[in-house]
Amino acid sequence: MKGKIEIDQDLCKGCELCIFFCPKKLITLSDKLNAAGYPPSAFSGNGECTGCATCALVCPEVAIEVYRG
Amino acid sequence: MAKILMTGNAAIAEAAIRAGCRCYFGYPITPQNELTEYMAAHLSRREGCAFIQAESEISAVNMVYGASVAGARAMTSSSSPGISLKQEGISYLAACQLPSVIVNMSRGGPGLGSISASQSDYFQSTRGGGHGDYRTIVLAPASVQELADLTRRAFELADKYLIPVIILGDGMLGQMMEPVEFKHEAPSALPVRAGALRGAKGRHSRFVRTFTSNPAELEEVNWSLFRRYQLIQKQEASCENYLTEDAALVVTAFGIAARIAKGAIKQARALGLRVGMFRPVTLWPFPSEQLKELSKRAKYFLDFEMNMGQMIDDVRLALEGGGDVSFYGRPGGVIPNPTEVLRVITRVYHQKGLNQ
Amino acid sequence: MKKIFSRPRSLKKAVFHYCPGCGHSIIHRITCEVIDELGIQDRAIGVPPPGCSVFAYYYFDVDMVESAHGRGAAVATGIKRAHPESVVFTYQGDGDLAAIGTAETLHAANRGENITAIFINNAVYGMTGGQMAPTTLLGMKTTTSPFGREDKYEGHPIKMSEILAQVNGACYIERTAVNSPANIRKTQKAITRAFRNQIEGLGYSLVEILSPCPTNWKMSPVEAWQWIDDVMSKEFPLGLIKDTTGRGDAH
Repeated sequence: MKGKIEIDQDLCKGCELCIFFCPKKLITLSDKLNAAGYPPSAFSGNGECTGCATCALVCPEVAIEVYRG
Repeated sequence: MAKILMTGNAAIAEAAIRAGCRCYFGYPITPQNELTEYMAAHLSRREGCAFIQAESEISAVNMVYGASVAGARAMTSSSSPGISLKQEGISYLAACQLPSVIVNMSRGGPGLGSISASQSDYFQSTRGGGHGDYRTIVLAPASVQELADLTRRAFELADKYLIPVIILGDGMLGQMMEPVEFKHEAPSALPVRAGALRGAKGRHSRFVRTFTSNPAELEEVNWSLFRRYQLIQKQEASCENYLTEDAALVVTAFGIAARIAKGAIKQARALGLRVGMFRPVTLWPFPSEQLKELSKRAKYFLDFEMNMGQMIDDVRLALEGGGDVSFYGRPGGVIPNPTEVLRVITRVYHQKGLNQ
Repeated sequence: MKKIFSRPRSLKKAVFHYCPGCGHSIIHRITCEVIDELGIQDRAIGVPPPGCSVFAYYYFDVDMVESAHGRGAAVATGIKRAHPESVVFTYQGDGDLAAIGTAETLHAANRGENITAIFINNAVYGMTGGQMAPTTLLGMKTTTSPFGREDKYEGHPIKMSEILAQVNGACYIERTAVNSPANIRKTQKAITRAFRNQIEGLGYSLVEILSPCPTNWKMSPVEAWQWIDDVMSKEFPLGLIKDTTGRGDAH
């Protein structure tokens, strides 16, 4: 199963929960700040994402959409 | 419809049901329990109705808040200490503009007080015992018939102006038994109030709230409420004039005190004293214009209340210095008798030289 | 590829004002997912509390009415009695439900009011700046227990779910948490059951949710989520506490 996610970096508050919970460690913290002053998460985008949606499940801001197929 | 003999407490309950009130939430407290019990007997197993003896007066007024927001005609009743508990709820009802009726069959205070009739909740009712700038309409019946009529009126005014309405009775009115005629049957259904929250079917979701983090928004809410209060003051102030056309001395009194005073005034008239009575029926809005008008021909007033002097403030404010106001009061739940009031009337009448 | 996860329909597209890692954000979302799944968006009426979630109505796209502090169960009772076709839920914090609202909560449960209570337990008073809550743990320092909560002076944390389980009218009580993917899924199932019970007229349902408050616990979001596993759930054990519905959905 291949998957990918899209992170809305304007909604992200840099809580790092998606980073912590991603089983494949495919998310990292940006070194730039968003307009709200938080360093948002960024998807590494490599082909290992399975679309398990764990990141979206734990994201408090509903900032992540998940695709699978 | 024939007249039937009923206690005041029961008459209020019957009138409320006939006005379409199908949600009653209350808590036992003397001297109004017959009202709560009447509602239990009539609403608690009836389809489409709700009776709850709540765990406290606070809970009861919050149940009224919920039922009103969902569009029902809802009522609670209590007596002085229980009404103190409801003040937060009343502030919220006023802020959210929720039609509702709160009945206070007042008793002696302060504190646990006495269970006997008193009028010491005038300030609490008209100045608002709850926090914030708000008003409630306050109705002061003086007979069992008027308890019934004003209960119906309370629901109509509440719906018309989206405001909580307080019926300020007392322990004596609640317990006394008089013939009463109910002129209306209960409606089979009432139209759903616009703005009621009943689930957002076919429309956008709505929310009802009072809190804002923006003071300017709250300021606008307050101004808007007060524009409505001005309208109510213009349109709904009501009073009774008893023998005031030629009166040299006018007794000002409300509720049960007015009943007692009427007896004294009849006796005074029989003795040749030109005495009358001005009885506010709405305590808020206070019938200031009518009183001011009366003061053009009557200069001497005797304010008689079963408290330490509360309505007298509104009398003086209305007269704007254009009248001489004496006071007679009995607090604590003591019921004065007409003879005693006649003695005071006579004394004031002579002291002010009105017998010349 | 197909989109398999996005914002639930009954969750408004608004930026949450909650702190990074706050449990409210998660719980709002999963409650809206349940509302969507059960198809009750047009019947739901929510009663949020004073507190951090006072603005819940900015997020839940259902009818909502503010309640005075602690009175949510009474307000919900009034709504449900006046309009039984609605699906009424309270959303209450630990002060709201277990301090000032104890009487209203207990008696609504006792009467078996057909309402759903979502109880957010974060062991502290968040909105007002981190004071002690009835559920604050022993030893926990808050602004009103600056020396650490001590049994002798401040009493023990109170277990509302276990207390309410004693009451006949409460048909379903479960304690969950939102500090891990597995727990978030369990919470969603519990909330689903709590709403289903109301729809079927089975009585009062409560879901107590251990929820992180990184700001007032003075931890990072990840640390706060872990603290629930390591410490908080030892005091407030997760699991089914009462179920008299006879349905026994397994998770």
